[in-house]
Amino acid sequence: MDLKLRVWRQRDATEKGKMVTYEVTDISPDMSFLEMLDVLNEQLILDGQEPVAFDHDCREGICGSCGVMINGRAHGNGLHDSHPQTATCQLHMRSFKDGETIDIEPWRATAFPIIKDLAVDRSALDRIIQSGGYISAPTGTAPEAHSILVAKKDSDAAFDAATCIGCGACVAACPNASSMLFTSAKVVHLGLMPQGQPERNDRVINMIHQQDLEGFGGCTNIGECSASCPKGISMENISRLNHDLLGALRAGARPKS
Amino acid sequence: MEPNFGGVVTVTHSGQRRTPKAAKTSSVFKKAVMAVSGIILVLYLVAHMIGNLKIFSGRESFNGYSEWIRTIGEPAVPAQTTLWIIRVVLLAAVAAHIWAAVSLWRQAKRARPVQYVARKQVAQSYASRTMRWGGVILALFVIYHILDLTAGVANPEGTASTPYDRVIAGFSNPFITAVYIVALLALGFHLRHGIWSATQTLGQSNKKRERTVNAFATVFAVVLTAGFLIPPLSILSGLVG
Repeated sequence: MDLKLRVWRQRDATEKGKMVTYEVTDISPDMSFLEMLDVLNEQLILDGQEPVAFDHDCREGICGSCGVMINGRAHGNGLHDSHPQTATCQLHMRSFKDGETIDIEPWRATAFPIIKDLAVDRSALDRIIQSGGYISAPTGTAPEAHSILVAKKDSDAAFDAATCIGCGACVAACPNASSMLFTSAKVVHLGLMPQGQPERNDRVINMIHQQDLEGFGGCTNIGECSASCPKGISMENISRLNHDLLGALRAGARPKS
Repeated sequence: MEPNFGGVVTVTHSGQRRTPKAAKTSSVFKKAVMAVSGIILVLYLVAHMIGNLKIFSGRESFNGYSEWIRTIGEPAVPAQTTLWIIRVVLLAAVAAHIWAAVSLWRQAKRARPVQYVARKQVAQSYASRTMRWGGVILALFVIYHILDLTAGVANPEGTASTPYDRVIAGFSNPFITAVYIVALLALGFHLRHGIWSATQTLGQSNKKRERTVNAFATVFAVVLTAGFLIPPLSILSGLVG
């Protein structure tokens, strides 16, 4: 395949960036999107130019490092119906047509400052986790697995929420640049578990507070996030987070003995 | 970048649990204010829509209904007491709704100052995309609507007329009717997304209910909009008046 790429090039956070057009030839349809970018970078290096910076690690769709806007869609999700929602590394070139022009941009949000080209700083998500995405548990030998029982329904829903890989596609796709789907997945994952109960009220209040501090937008329940999520995290989690937050506000409003 | 713990609130160990200040200005709290005030306004709209249909029972009945609203509770309370209670509640709801909307709109603008060069939506509906500007249109319409039919200053019949005369005079004019139709369609879209969004915001939605909530929002928006459209269209086409 021969492709025309329009890639966002930006030296660092302070400099202005722009779209630059490149051409790549002889791309195999079986290559992943990142392998195609590797081909472009090899070509740029041979030409004595600066390669395109982009984040990647496992290339198996589980680490959440990679992620770019492809033709205006996060990870290229929604390019066509037959393609399952994936991370960029699991998107293959057979999803594109020979001769196609592909626009490649970084996630755009105040909370995700651009480091270089397509690489953005997503540590804002880490700080949301630090503010409440944990449980306090005694250390030592692992307890007997059946000592704390969890209803199947809750364990399934918690597991679904826990599949969030924190890639930031929800923020990138959201018209408000809100990280609600991410935060809700973490709140729900721990909130459905018995081990997550002691900090449940504080967790939701602190994580939402941190989310607002980081400069993310508010949720307007549009659904772009869930439709762009490589793990298909459901909008249901956002409703559960809201329920938890309102419950926490009620619980916090009067003393509990 | 240094981790920012400056704003983190810890209430776990305090004997007296109090809501942290930050929680009351959080984006989710604002959304809850938006949802609750929206529900108050929607309940009023239902009553308003049903009241409008009185236009079909004639001048006496319609003017009598209008007079009744102004005398509810008499002689126990002075005239217009109930009316003013309703007005104050509505004004408070509108103020809260607009405060939350403006504040969240500004937060969203700050959250993405640089737009994408290429952006294609995957899931968003027309209704969800037009919530903000649709809301602005509705706010402007409500001001005009009150000047037109409540105060009468913007009505062809003027202030000295009866409510029935103002309604008939206004909707006999195709331009005025067109303004109302545009506003009512905007209302329909606003409700379509608003009802779904309020259900989510108040934490009452889940995977199972999602379909039902969305279907209800569509049906409710269509029925309410149609109910509001029937009187003006009937008057314009000469069926009433």
